[in-house]
Amino acid sequence: MHELPLTESILNIVLKYAAGNEANQVLSIHMQIGELSDVEEEWLQRYFDYLSKGTVAEGAKLKIERMPVVVQCVACQMLYEVQPAQMGSLVCPACGGKSGTLVSGREYHVKAMEVL
Amino acid sequence: MAGVRLIEVKEKILADNAKLAEESRAQLRKNRTMLLNLMSSPGSGKTSLIIRTMEELKGNVNLGVIEADIDSSIDAEKIAAGGIPAVQLRTGGFCHLEAAMVNQGLDALAEHNLDLIIIENIGNLVCPAEFDTGAHKNVMLLSVPEGDDKPLKYPLMFSICDLLLVNKIDYLSLSEFDLKALRERVLNLNPHIIILEISCKTGAGIDLWINWLKGEIAAFKK
Repeated sequence: MHELPLTESILNIVLKYAAGNEANQVLSIHMQIGELSDVEEEWLQRYFDYLSKGTVAEGAKLKIERMPVVVQCVACQMLYEVQPAQMGSLVCPACGGKSGTLVSGREYHVKAMEVL
Repeated sequence: MAGVRLIEVKEKILADNAKLAEESRAQLRKNRTMLLNLMSSPGSGKTSLIIRTMEELKGNVNLGVIEADIDSSIDAEKIAAGGIPAVQLRTGGFCHLEAAMVNQGLDALAEHNLDLIIIENIGNLVCPAEFDTGAHKNVMLLSVPEGDDKPLKYPLMFSICDLLLVNKIDYLSLSEFDLKALRERVLNLNPHIIILEISCKTGAGIDLWINWLKGEIAAFKK
Protein backbone atom coordinates (compact mmCIF):
# COMPACT_ATOMS: atom_id res chain seq x y z
CA MET A 1 0.00 0.00 0.00
CA HIS A 2 2.99 2.31 0.33
CA GLU A 3 4.71 1.45 -2.93
CA LEU A 4 5.20 5.08 -3.96
CA PRO A 5 7.59 6.19 -1.19
CA LEU A 6 9.39 2.85 -1.48
CA THR A 7 9.81 3.36 -5.20
CA GLU A 8 11.21 6.85 -4.69
CA SER A 9 13.74 5.46 -2.26
CA ILE A 10 14.73 2.65 -4.67
CA LEU A 11 15.13 5.11 -7.54
CA ASN A 12 17.32 7.42 -5.44
CA ILE A 13 19.63 4.53 -4.54
CA VAL A 14 19.76 3.32 -8.15
CA LEU A 15 20.53 6.76 -9.58
CA LYS A 16 23.26 7.32 -6.98
CA TYR A 17 24.98 4.05 -7.88
CA ALA A 18 24.45 4.57 -11.62
CA ALA A 19 26.18 7.95 -11.42
CA GLY A 20 28.98 6.61 -9.23
CA ASN A 21 29.65 3.82 -11.71
CA GLU A 22 29.25 5.95 -14.84
CA ALA A 23 26.44 3.79 -16.16
CA ASN A 24 24.59 4.87 -19.28
CA GLN A 25 21.61 2.66 -18.72
CA VAL A 26 20.21 0.53 -15.90
CA LEU A 27 18.83 -2.79 -17.17
CA SER A 28 17.67 -4.49 -14.01
CA ILE A 29 17.59 -3.97 -10.26
CA HIS A 30 17.86 -6.91 -7.90
CA MET A 31 16.11 -6.56 -4.57
CA GLN A 32 15.43 -8.64 -1.50
CA ILE A 33 12.12 -8.00 0.20
CA GLY A 34 10.91 -9.90 3.24
CA GLU A 35 7.73 -11.95 3.01
CA LEU A 36 6.28 -9.96 5.89
CA SER A 37 6.75 -6.70 4.03
CA ASP A 38 3.58 -5.75 2.31
CA VAL A 39 4.49 -4.99 -1.30
CA GLU A 40 2.65 -5.52 -4.54
CA GLU A 41 5.38 -6.22 -7.05
CA GLU A 42 3.31 -5.25 -10.07
CA TRP A 43 2.61 -1.81 -8.61
CA LEU A 44 6.19 -1.32 -7.55
CA GLN A 45 7.19 -1.83 -11.20
CA ARG A 46 4.45 0.49 -12.47
CA TYR A 47 5.45 3.28 -10.10
CA PHE A 48 9.08 2.72 -10.97
CA ASP A 49 8.35 3.00 -14.71
CA TYR A 50 6.56 6.27 -14.04
CA LEU A 51 9.11 7.84 -11.71
CA SER A 52 12.18 6.75 -13.69
CA LYS A 53 11.06 8.34 -16.98
CA GLY A 54 13.84 10.46 -18.44
CA THR A 55 16.53 8.99 -16.13
CA VAL A 56 19.18 6.34 -16.88
CA ALA A 57 16.96 3.89 -15.01
CA GLU A 58 14.05 4.25 -17.44
CA GLY A 59 12.91 0.82 -18.62
CA ALA A 60 14.80 -1.08 -15.89
CA LYS A 61 13.17 -4.27 -14.64
CA LEU A 62 12.74 -4.82 -10.91
CA LYS A 63 13.73 -8.34 -9.90
CA ILE A 64 12.45 -9.18 -6.46
CA GLU A 65 13.56 -12.08 -4.33
CA ARG A 66 11.15 -12.62 -1.44
CA MET A 67 13.02 -13.52 1.74
CA PRO A 68 11.44 -16.02 4.14
CA VAL A 69 10.09 -15.18 7.57
CA VAL A 70 12.43 -16.65 10.19
CA VAL A 71 11.38 -17.02 13.80
CA GLN A 72 13.40 -18.03 16.85
CA CYS A 73 11.70 -20.31 19.37
CA VAL A 74 11.56 -18.73 22.84
CA ALA A 75 11.83 -22.12 24.54
CA CYS A 76 14.67 -23.84 22.67
CA GLN A 77 16.22 -21.02 20.55
CA MET A 78 15.74 -23.02 17.34
CA LEU A 79 15.50 -20.90 14.17
CA TYR A 80 12.79 -21.92 11.71
CA GLU A 81 10.94 -20.59 8.68
CA VAL A 82 7.21 -19.92 8.64
CA GLN A 83 4.68 -18.66 6.13
CA PRO A 84 3.34 -15.16 6.98
CA ALA A 85 -0.16 -16.65 7.37
CA GLN A 86 1.13 -19.01 10.08
CA MET A 87 2.67 -16.23 12.18
CA GLY A 88 -0.29 -16.20 14.54
CA SER A 89 -0.11 -19.91 15.29
CA LEU A 90 3.57 -20.78 15.64
CA VAL A 91 4.72 -24.27 16.48
CA CYS A 92 8.46 -24.94 16.82
CA PRO A 93 9.40 -28.00 14.73
CA ALA A 94 11.98 -29.01 17.34
CA CYS A 95 10.19 -28.69 20.68
CA GLY A 96 6.60 -27.74 19.84
CA GLY A 97 7.00 -24.35 21.58
CA LYS A 98 4.31 -21.87 20.58
CA SER A 99 6.19 -18.64 21.28
CA GLY A 100 8.68 -17.13 18.87
CA THR A 101 10.43 -13.86 18.17
CA LEU A 102 10.81 -12.52 14.66
CA VAL A 103 14.39 -12.74 13.39
CA SER A 104 13.97 -11.79 9.73
CA GLY A 105 11.32 -11.34 7.10
CA ARG A 106 11.10 -7.54 7.05
CA GLU A 107 14.02 -6.85 4.66
CA TYR A 108 13.89 -4.09 2.07
CA HIS A 109 17.25 -4.23 0.31
CA VAL A 110 18.62 -3.24 -3.07
CA LYS A 111 21.25 -5.88 -3.63
CA ALA A 112 22.68 -5.28 -7.09
CA MET A 113 21.94 -3.84 -10.50
CA GLU A 114 22.83 -4.62 -14.08
CA VAL A 115 23.98 -1.64 -16.10
CA LEU A 116 25.37 -0.74 -19.47
CA MET B 1 31.25 0.47 -25.49
CA ALA B 2 31.41 -1.66 -22.38
CA GLY B 3 29.06 -4.64 -22.01
CA VAL B 4 26.58 -5.36 -19.24
CA ARG B 5 28.07 -4.92 -15.78
CA LEU B 6 26.73 -6.10 -12.44
CA ILE B 7 27.11 -3.53 -9.68
CA GLU B 8 26.82 -4.55 -6.02
CA VAL B 9 24.61 -2.16 -4.12
CA LYS B 10 23.61 -3.62 -0.73
CA GLU B 11 21.55 -0.68 0.51
CA LYS B 12 18.48 -0.67 2.70
CA ILE B 13 15.56 0.84 0.85
CA LEU B 14 14.13 2.55 3.90
CA ALA B 15 17.52 3.63 5.25
CA ASP B 16 16.75 7.37 4.91
CA ASN B 17 13.63 7.03 7.03
CA ALA B 18 15.39 4.85 9.60
CA LYS B 19 18.22 7.38 9.94
CA LEU B 20 15.86 10.32 10.33
CA ALA B 21 13.81 8.40 12.91
CA GLU B 22 16.96 7.57 14.88
CA GLU B 23 17.98 11.26 14.88
CA SER B 24 14.54 12.41 16.12
CA ARG B 25 14.59 9.79 18.85
CA ALA B 26 17.99 11.01 20.07
CA GLN B 27 16.99 14.69 19.90
CA LEU B 28 13.75 14.05 21.84
CA ARG B 29 15.72 12.16 24.47
CA LYS B 30 17.94 15.21 24.93
CA ASN B 31 14.84 17.38 25.27
CA ARG B 32 13.37 14.84 27.73
CA THR B 33 10.24 14.43 25.66
CA MET B 34 8.90 10.91 25.21
CA LEU B 35 7.30 10.17 21.84
CA LEU B 36 4.58 7.54 21.69
CA ASN B 37 3.20 6.17 18.42
CA LEU B 38 -0.45 5.11 18.71
CA MET B 39 -1.67 2.82 15.95
CA SER B 40 -4.95 1.06 15.21
CA SER B 41 -7.67 0.43 12.65
CA PRO B 42 -10.05 3.30 11.89
CA GLY B 43 -12.75 3.56 14.54
CA SER B 44 -11.08 1.63 17.32
CA GLY B 45 -11.02 4.65 19.62
CA LYS B 46 -7.67 6.44 19.26
CA THR B 47 -9.14 9.90 19.66
CA SER B 48 -11.32 8.85 22.61
CA LEU B 49 -8.27 7.32 24.27
CA ILE B 50 -6.24 10.50 23.79
CA ILE B 51 -9.04 12.63 25.24
CA ARG B 52 -9.32 10.30 28.28
CA THR B 53 -5.55 10.35 28.69
CA MET B 54 -5.46 14.11 28.50
CA GLU B 55 -8.01 14.39 31.32
CA GLU B 56 -6.15 11.88 33.49
CA LEU B 57 -2.74 13.49 33.02
CA LYS B 58 -3.89 17.08 33.51
CA GLY B 59 -1.63 18.96 35.91
CA ASN B 60 0.91 16.10 36.12
CA VAL B 61 2.28 15.54 32.67
CA ASN B 62 2.66 18.09 29.88
CA LEU B 63 1.09 16.32 26.92
CA GLY B 64 1.01 17.25 23.23
CA VAL B 65 -0.60 15.47 20.29
CA ILE B 66 0.38 15.01 16.66
CA GLU B 67 -2.80 14.18 14.83
CA ALA B 68 -2.41 12.37 11.54
CA ASP B 69 -5.60 10.48 10.94
CA ILE B 70 -6.81 11.24 7.46
CA ASP B 71 -7.75 14.63 6.16
CA SER B 72 -9.90 16.26 8.74
CA SER B 73 -9.00 18.60 11.51
CA ILE B 74 -11.94 17.49 13.65
CA ASP B 75 -9.77 15.33 15.89
CA ALA B 76 -7.14 18.03 16.44
CA GLU B 77 -9.87 20.55 17.24
CA LYS B 78 -11.46 18.20 19.77
CA ILE B 79 -8.10 17.69 21.43
CA ALA B 80 -7.09 21.36 21.35
CA ALA B 81 -10.46 22.18 22.95
CA GLY B 82 -9.20 20.21 25.95
CA GLY B 83 -6.43 22.79 26.35
CA ILE B 84 -3.40 20.85 25.18
CA PRO B 85 -1.16 21.64 22.21
CA ALA B 86 -2.19 19.66 19.15
CA VAL B 87 -1.00 19.82 15.59
CA GLN B 88 -2.81 18.38 12.59
CA LEU B 89 -0.65 16.90 9.83
CA ARG B 90 -2.09 17.13 6.35
CA THR B 91 -1.65 13.53 5.31
CA GLY B 92 -4.16 13.47 2.43
CA GLY B 93 -4.66 9.89 1.36
CA PHE B 94 -1.39 8.63 2.82
CA CYS B 95 -1.57 5.18 4.34
CA HIS B 96 1.14 5.70 6.97
CA LEU B 97 3.39 8.29 8.63
CA GLU B 98 7.09 8.62 8.01
CA ALA B 99 9.73 10.19 10.23
CA ALA B 100 9.95 13.30 8.03
CA MET B 101 6.21 13.92 8.44
CA VAL B 102 6.39 13.40 12.19
CA ASN B 103 9.27 15.90 12.30
CA GLN B 104 6.98 18.62 10.94
CA GLY B 105 4.66 17.95 13.86
CA LEU B 106 7.54 17.92 16.35
CA ASP B 107 8.76 21.29 15.03
CA ALA B 108 5.30 22.75 15.47
CA LEU B 109 5.20 21.56 19.11
CA ALA B 110 8.81 22.47 19.94
CA GLU B 111 8.00 25.64 21.91
CA HIS B 112 5.85 23.80 24.48
CA ASN B 113 8.43 21.92 26.54
CA LEU B 114 6.40 18.70 26.69
CA ASP B 115 6.92 15.50 28.73
CA LEU B 116 4.99 13.34 26.32
CA ILE B 117 3.87 13.59 22.71
CA ILE B 118 1.35 11.10 21.37
CA ILE B 119 1.19 10.53 17.62
CA GLU B 120 -2.25 9.49 16.47
CA ASN B 121 -1.12 7.51 13.44
CA ILE B 122 -3.28 6.88 10.39
CA GLY B 123 -5.95 4.22 10.97
CA ASN B 124 -4.44 1.17 9.27
CA LEU B 125 -2.92 -2.06 10.60
CA VAL B 126 -0.60 -2.67 7.64
CA CYS B 127 1.57 0.23 6.53
CA PRO B 128 2.26 2.11 9.80
CA ALA B 129 3.93 -1.06 11.13
CA GLU B 130 6.66 -0.78 8.51
CA PHE B 131 7.81 2.80 9.03
CA ASP B 132 9.81 3.95 12.02
CA THR B 133 8.34 7.27 13.17
CA GLY B 134 11.09 8.09 15.68
CA ALA B 135 8.84 7.09 18.60
CA HIS B 136 10.29 5.64 21.81
CA LYS B 137 7.24 3.42 22.35
CA ASN B 138 4.76 1.83 19.97
CA VAL B 139 1.26 1.24 21.26
CA MET B 140 -1.56 -0.51 19.47
CA LEU B 141 -5.25 -0.16 20.15
CA LEU B 142 -7.55 -3.02 19.17
CA SER B 143 -11.27 -2.78 19.80
CA VAL B 144 -13.51 -5.73 20.64
CA PRO B 145 -15.84 -5.30 17.59
CA GLU B 146 -12.83 -5.83 15.28
CA GLY B 147 -12.49 -9.46 16.40
CA ASP B 148 -9.88 -11.61 18.12
CA ASP B 149 -8.43 -12.87 14.82
CA LYS B 150 -6.50 -9.69 14.02
CA PRO B 151 -3.08 -11.04 15.15
CA LEU B 152 -3.47 -13.76 12.52
CA LYS B 153 -4.12 -11.22 9.78
CA TYR B 154 -1.69 -8.46 10.75
CA PRO B 155 1.19 -10.23 12.52
CA LEU B 156 3.77 -7.50 11.87
CA MET B 157 1.77 -4.83 13.70
CA PHE B 158 1.45 -7.02 16.79
CA SER B 159 5.11 -7.99 16.73
CA ILE B 160 6.48 -4.41 16.78
CA CYS B 161 4.37 -2.97 19.63
CA ASP B 162 5.36 -2.55 23.28
CA LEU B 163 1.80 -2.37 24.53
CA LEU B 164 -1.57 -3.58 23.27
CA LEU B 165 -4.70 -1.93 24.59
CA VAL B 166 -7.88 -3.92 24.03
CA ASN B 167 -10.55 -1.24 23.93
CA LYS B 168 -14.38 -1.34 24.13
CA ILE B 169 -14.42 -4.25 26.58
CA ASP B 170 -17.93 -3.08 27.46
CA TYR B 171 -18.91 -4.82 24.18
CA LEU B 172 -17.56 -8.19 25.30
CA SER B 173 -20.92 -9.56 26.40
CA LEU B 174 -22.40 -8.76 22.99
CA SER B 175 -19.72 -10.48 20.97
CA GLU B 176 -17.90 -13.77 20.57
CA PHE B 177 -14.56 -12.09 21.10
CA ASP B 178 -12.31 -14.53 22.96
CA LEU B 179 -9.89 -12.58 25.18
CA LYS B 180 -7.94 -15.67 26.14
CA ALA B 181 -7.42 -16.67 22.50
CA LEU B 182 -6.39 -13.12 21.65
CA ARG B 183 -3.83 -13.01 24.47
CA GLU B 184 -2.38 -16.31 23.39
CA ARG B 185 -2.11 -15.29 19.74
CA VAL B 186 -0.51 -11.95 20.56
CA LEU B 187 1.95 -13.32 23.13
CA ASN B 188 3.05 -16.04 20.73
CA LEU B 189 3.97 -13.37 18.21
CA ASN B 190 5.50 -11.01 20.72
CA PRO B 191 6.39 -12.50 24.12
CA HIS B 192 7.46 -9.08 25.48
CA ILE B 193 4.25 -7.16 24.77
CA ILE B 194 2.03 -5.97 27.61
CA ILE B 195 -1.73 -6.37 27.12
CA LEU B 196 -4.26 -4.25 29.00
CA GLU B 197 -8.05 -4.32 28.74
CA ILE B 198 -9.83 -0.98 28.74
CA SER B 199 -13.01 0.86 27.88
CA CYS B 200 -12.76 4.54 27.06
CA LYS B 201 -16.53 4.72 27.46
CA THR B 202 -16.93 3.23 30.95
CA GLY B 203 -13.43 4.07 32.15
CA ALA B 204 -12.64 0.43 32.96
CA GLY B 205 -8.90 -0.28 32.94
CA ILE B 206 -7.98 3.33 32.20
CA ASP B 207 -6.09 3.46 35.51
CA LEU B 208 -3.91 0.54 34.32
CA TRP B 209 -3.06 2.38 31.10
CA ILE B 210 -2.28 5.61 32.96
CA ASN B 211 -0.05 3.73 35.42
CA TRP B 212 1.82 2.09 32.54
CA LEU B 213 2.23 5.47 30.87
CA LYS B 214 3.45 7.20 34.04
CA GLY B 215 5.87 4.38 34.69
CA GLU B 216 7.28 4.63 31.17
CA ILE B 217 7.65 8.42 31.41
CA ALA B 218 9.43 8.10 34.78
CA ALA B 219 11.79 5.45 33.36
CA PHE B 220 12.41 7.61 30.28
CA LYS B 221 13.28 10.67 32.37
CA LYS B 222 15.74 8.83 34.60
